[in-house]
Amino acid sequence: MLDVRNLQKIYTGRNRNVEALRNLTFHIGAGELVCLVGPSGCGKTTLLKCMAGLLTPTGGEVTLDGHPVTGPPPGMAVVFQEYGRSLFAWMNVRDNVALPLRRKKLGKTREKELVDHALEVVGLADAHQAYPWQLSGGMQQRVAIARAVAFEPKVLLMDEPFAAVDAQTRAELEDLIRHLWRELGVTVLFVTHDIDEAVYLGQRTIILSTSPTVVQEDLTIDLPDERDQLHTRSSTRFAELRAHVYEQIQRAKHHNGDAEAPKDDDPDTLTDDRSHDLAVQNTES
Amino acid sequence: MIRTTVLTAARRVLLVLGMPAVLFAVWWFATADSTDFYVPPLATILQKFGEVWTVERLLSDVVPSLIRLVAGYLLAVVVGVGLGLVVGMSRVVRDVLEPVLELFRAIPPPVLVPVIMLFAGIGDTMKVIVIVSGCMWPILLNTVEGVRAGDEVLSDTCRSYGITGVARLRHLVLRSASPQIVTGMRQALSIAIILMVISEMFAAINGLGFTIVQFQRSFAIPEMWSGVLLLGLLGFALSLLFRFAENRVLAWYHGLRRAQRNP
Repeated sequence: MLDVRNLQKIYTGRNRNVEALRNLTFHIGAGELVCLVGPSGCGKTTLLKCMAGLLTPTGGEVTLDGHPVTGPPPGMAVVFQEYGRSLFAWMNVRDNVALPLRRKKLGKTREKELVDHALEVVGLADAHQAYPWQLSGGMQQRVAIARAVAFEPKVLLMDEPFAAVDAQTRAELEDLIRHLWRELGVTVLFVTHDIDEAVYLGQRTIILSTSPTVVQEDLTIDLPDERDQLHTRSSTRFAELRAHVYEQIQRAKHHNGDAEAPKDDDPDTLTDDRSHDLAVQNTES
Repeated sequence: MIRTTVLTAARRVLLVLGMPAVLFAVWWFATADSTDFYVPPLATILQKFGEVWTVERLLSDVVPSLIRLVAGYLLAVVVGVGLGLVVGMSRVVRDVLEPVLELFRAIPPPVLVPVIMLFAGIGDTMKVIVIVSGCMWPILLNTVEGVRAGDEVLSDTCRSYGITGVARLRHLVLRSASPQIVTGMRQALSIAIILMVISEMFAAINGLGFTIVQFQRSFAIPEMWSGVLLLGLLGFALSLLFRFAENRVLAWYHGLRRAQRNP
């Protein structure tokens, strides 16, 4: 389904090169829910952008159903962390969800059906006319999720989508994601820096090292399929897995693609904008 | 509740009308006994105002002025926004054009009137060109800024959903730059009024600027003052109209700003 092979990303700057991703290889099967976790600044967002076709890797490739990803593939939807910046402030909730569908030319009836259903499943059935900025952070992220759901993607990429919402909302949204995943049969890659979330949500958790990033461990989460915030989180197995991931992350902090080499510039210290600038210079030079 | 609403509304009206009322009163009483030929009493000016600005006069002089103003202004909006989009979206075009644009912008538009007269004659075309050449700059430069300030996350969102080309321009680029574009259009509106009057003062057979100059040359001083007064009222009405349109188009922006201020 979704394959990442020997993926490498080097940001080329004026005076220095920053190797964000060293060599990443992993596979996500159709219908899987996989979490990607790693120490902060390990290049998770870079990886996700490469997979989404928003950033060109320096080496290696990403393939979706055997086709190399060179630009944003049509069957893929992305949910970003910054919900406030990923919604159109000048459109109401309904138009926000409907806009990506227009290109698909599905006809008015089908489009309406999809939008209604998507807003229904995320619990926003009565917020169609509201503007995003009239909603709470959690509800705004629900709108972004509804937009992805209505798009009917084969693959859903989520970049730390709940990092900026409060804990209770976060728990609700986690359950929403599991519910949607099971209902829609969509393949989900969920990027997070939260260890609990990484264990609770996925069938598998891929643990990344620090930058330059390699895969530290590909861990199967053998928790029962039926999960809920109360029982799953208090089970012994959850605690074991959580401890294991925690240890791996601690270890990952001192391990990277070249454990021996002097520590490279941490892309952690690059802000989004700067890394984007570097990327722009890279493509232009 | 109702009482407070009424009081707040009354207070607003008072605040809005207070200062103009005071200024008018000062003007009225300061000039009431004026025998100075050049500073006639306000009462005389107002009386002449009624006599001069009849329906025929409005049709023959104010309407042509307004048509030139509207034509020049709309053309400036189209050119300014269109060019602004091109310049704002391409770094290369920006690097090439920016110094030239800054130079053109620095030339005071009234200076161009004699120049433009040479090749565009003294008809309506000349006046429209003068208005466009002066008021497209704030629109152009603000559009460029607005387009450049576009959000990267939103841009990525559009790309990943395949919103490209015209749809991207319409739903993302233009809308996200619209607060800046409107700012530029507001600045351009006052420039357009000034240039309308100036272009008519140079060479014209009708129009507000022309009429005011005619009165001045024939020493019809109260009539001249009434024309100035009419210009002021016209500018005020246009800015009210502009604010009304802005509140509709940018309702989302004002709402967003309010939401960000009190989260």
